[in-house]
Amino acid sequence: MGDFAAELVERVRQAAAAKTPLRIRGGGSKDFYGGPLEGEVLDTRRHAGIVAYDPTELVITARCGTQLSEIEAALAGEGQMLAFEPPRFDQAATLGGVVAAGLSGPRRVAAGSVRDFVLGVRMLDGRGEVLNFGGQVMKNVAGYDVSRLMAGAMGCLGLLLEVSLKVLPLPAAEATLRLEVPQGRALELLNGWAGRPLPISASCWQDDALTLRLSGASAAVAAACRQLGGESVADGAAFWLALREQRAAFFADDTPLWRLSLPSVAAPLDLPGAQLLEWGGALRWLKSGAAPERIRAAAAGAGGHATLFRGSEEARAEGAFQAPPPPLLALHRRLKRAFDPAGIFNPGRMFREF
Amino acid sequence: MDSGQRGLGEGHAADASDAIDVNAAIAALRRILPARGLLMGDEELRPYECDGLTAYRQMPLLVALPETEAQVVAVLRLCQEIGLPVVARGAGTGLSGGATPVRQGLVLSLAKFMRILEVDPVARTARVEPGVRNLAISEAAARFGLYYAPDPSSQIACTIGGNIAENSGGVHCLKYGLTVHNVLRLRVALIGGEVIEIGGGALDSPGFDLLALMIGSEGMLGVVLEATVKLTPKPLLAQVVMASFGDVVSAGNAVARIIAAGIIPAGLEMMDRAATAAVEAFVHAGYDLSAAAILLAESDGTPEEVAEEIAALRAVLEAAGAGDVRVSADEAERLKFWAGRKAAFPAVGRITPDYMCMDGTIPRKRVAEMLTRIEEFSEEFGLRCANVFHAGDGNLHPLIMFDANVPGETERATGFGARILELSVEMGGTITGEHGVGIEKVRQMCVQFSMRELSLFQAVKAAFDPDALLNPGKAVPTPRRCSEYRLTGTPGAH
Repeated sequence: MGDFAAELVERVRQAAAAKTPLRIRGGGSKDFYGGPLEGEVLDTRRHAGIVAYDPTELVITARCGTQLSEIEAALAGEGQMLAFEPPRFDQAATLGGVVAAGLSGPRRVAAGSVRDFVLGVRMLDGRGEVLNFGGQVMKNVAGYDVSRLMAGAMGCLGLLLEVSLKVLPLPAAEATLRLEVPQGRALELLNGWAGRPLPISASCWQDDALTLRLSGASAAVAAACRQLGGESVADGAAFWLALREQRAAFFADDTPLWRLSLPSVAAPLDLPGAQLLEWGGALRWLKSGAAPERIRAAAAGAGGHATLFRGSEEARAEGAFQAPPPPLLALHRRLKRAFDPAGIFNPGRMFREF
Repeated sequence: MDSGQRGLGEGHAADASDAIDVNAAIAALRRILPARGLLMGDEELRPYECDGLTAYRQMPLLVALPETEAQVVAVLRLCQEIGLPVVARGAGTGLSGGATPVRQGLVLSLAKFMRILEVDPVARTARVEPGVRNLAISEAAARFGLYYAPDPSSQIACTIGGNIAENSGGVHCLKYGLTVHNVLRLRVALIGGEVIEIGGGALDSPGFDLLALMIGSEGMLGVVLEATVKLTPKPLLAQVVMASFGDVVSAGNAVARIIAAGIIPAGLEMMDRAATAAVEAFVHAGYDLSAAAILLAESDGTPEEVAEEIAALRAVLEAAGAGDVRVSADEAERLKFWAGRKAAFPAVGRITPDYMCMDGTIPRKRVAEMLTRIEEFSEEFGLRCANVFHAGDGNLHPLIMFDANVPGETERATGFGARILELSVEMGGTITGEHGVGIEKVRQMCVQFSMRELSLFQAVKAAFDPDALLNPGKAVPTPRRCSEYRLTGTPGAH
């Protein structure tokens, strides 16, 4: 553990010269995600450690190989958290992977996504140059916002060496409630509540059970509990953790798992397979063997997009993510070339085209 | 290709435009634009010679006022064909010269795009054209109990298109985020005339986060045709605590203590004595003029939440050494406390012929140290300075007072400002938190970024705008300009 940036620079420079594809890998907790894995593994785990953390600045800076669990433990020690609740999927998950994959957990709908909390990055581009964008302050509009662009870029634009994230205080109080309602009614309720100043910090609908989490000042949480009704759920924290880590029973089988990101107001989708809804209806998990074209068309028809989140390598090779329309894809290609002219970083991990 | 000593509008494209056949360009633009949609001649062009940064003025060649998307697209396509630089413009309230025209270039005004196309109270979104004013969105959403959260102090006048270009903030960013956190979708015209949609009605999109790249790109990558923004439920209640401090160090420390107590106020602002004195004479907000600094901390939410947070804020502020601590009794008093803060720039404008507003952002813990250094600079340069801070964000707005008619004062003010910006970078911060680089701080970009980083910015720019026709000379300096800057420095600095 320590500063191994120089080694990473050397490795990337050699790869760029030889045009050797590299597969950037931290803990490998998200190897299942995105297109098939190609290239020589570039292991980031040694480049690890928290570089700076000052709770009153609400910022933590750590090297890419730092385990997410280490970061979260440090924050919890000061009564703070990563408010976007990134899934770990595995104890080995690293900060670099969290930011590159761009995945957020249950609190995303109330607090924002990974990219909303990225304040700055130190990175390597495809030439092996060390570059800094953004910083450790809350507001920074000097130059293009390259640091946020790195969130969710699947490592295709560069290797993250260090990331600075905004952190927030843990809520003073939390409570979990459950109501029995069918999907259509749950969506109506969720969208209605979202338009009112209620402290709802997470939601999950499955099998006619709508579970809600409330977070905030204790008086506000208590008042909202009275207002919303339903039954109180005893071990709320365990429920939300299982959902965040996809260890809930819903996720425990080999049927292809689709992630549908839709406007929260989209009507229930008529697709074969079981569904689980999060984010006030804006995130819909679907376990289905239906044809990918059918699922993608349904998502697009509802104003969103579908990702094959977990599925066979052959199926993901056809494209895990919905490809953007041609002018947008062309722009992606040009950006890829600007950051990684030799095309060495994570080829095919996002789109087949690069 | 850098045009070196050419003046304010310099940049890549300025040389190429000398070869433009102006009459042919006028004829072609007339065919595209509606009647009265093309302005020319001194009288018509004069209102466009500057934006909110009035110290920089440059007459454009022409101003286009298109009314439809097809016209914008056709204008851009023409500009690319004939190599005519384009500066997009909203209300022109920007403070960094992002909309300062380019000599021999076209100003593309989006002023006619003023329609709010849709307010969807269930989805909590508004779909608007770029020329819609920031406050107009909140006004349209008010009957649904919703509002658009980012509230730059120019919100009565500034447009959402300009907010997107600058990634504008406001006094409530710490809790509610910047423009980048509140925009869901953009429809954008590229210089080649392609129209792309980025983001959407869902919370994320496949591919790179182009929304993040476009927002804050200062009109350098594309022209926004339409935006879908997020609407936020109006809190049931808001109250503000006003605390006086006998010295700026205690006030600065109080800010850190509030955060350490686990409180994220909806707004957390600080003003020094020079600022409160200017403001009090102007709006009579009831500020404590004997205080070296005052803090304004706002709490919003349900009545229960607010009561709990206000009690906590009061306790922290008193423990941090606040003298007088007052809580707004009602909405009228809350607005009165804020009125002073919101009027700070015009209030300072009343007591000095000219002022320059800086926008550095630093770690909160260094706010007190920065204030002390600014006082030293003030003596060194012989110019007064009033300080207004978004303390919660560490975003500083020192207002340097000068008189442009006194020989040498403008240069001294510029030197003073440059010192503050350079110190902001040294302290681990940035030269601009929310106003943008524009033309004003383009030289300080060379302090904040290395040549390699600037080259990457240029490569990003080229991916969108290969001929560098959109807002040339702004935001991202060429490596050559930086070499010159590093050799010569700013007047009065070092």
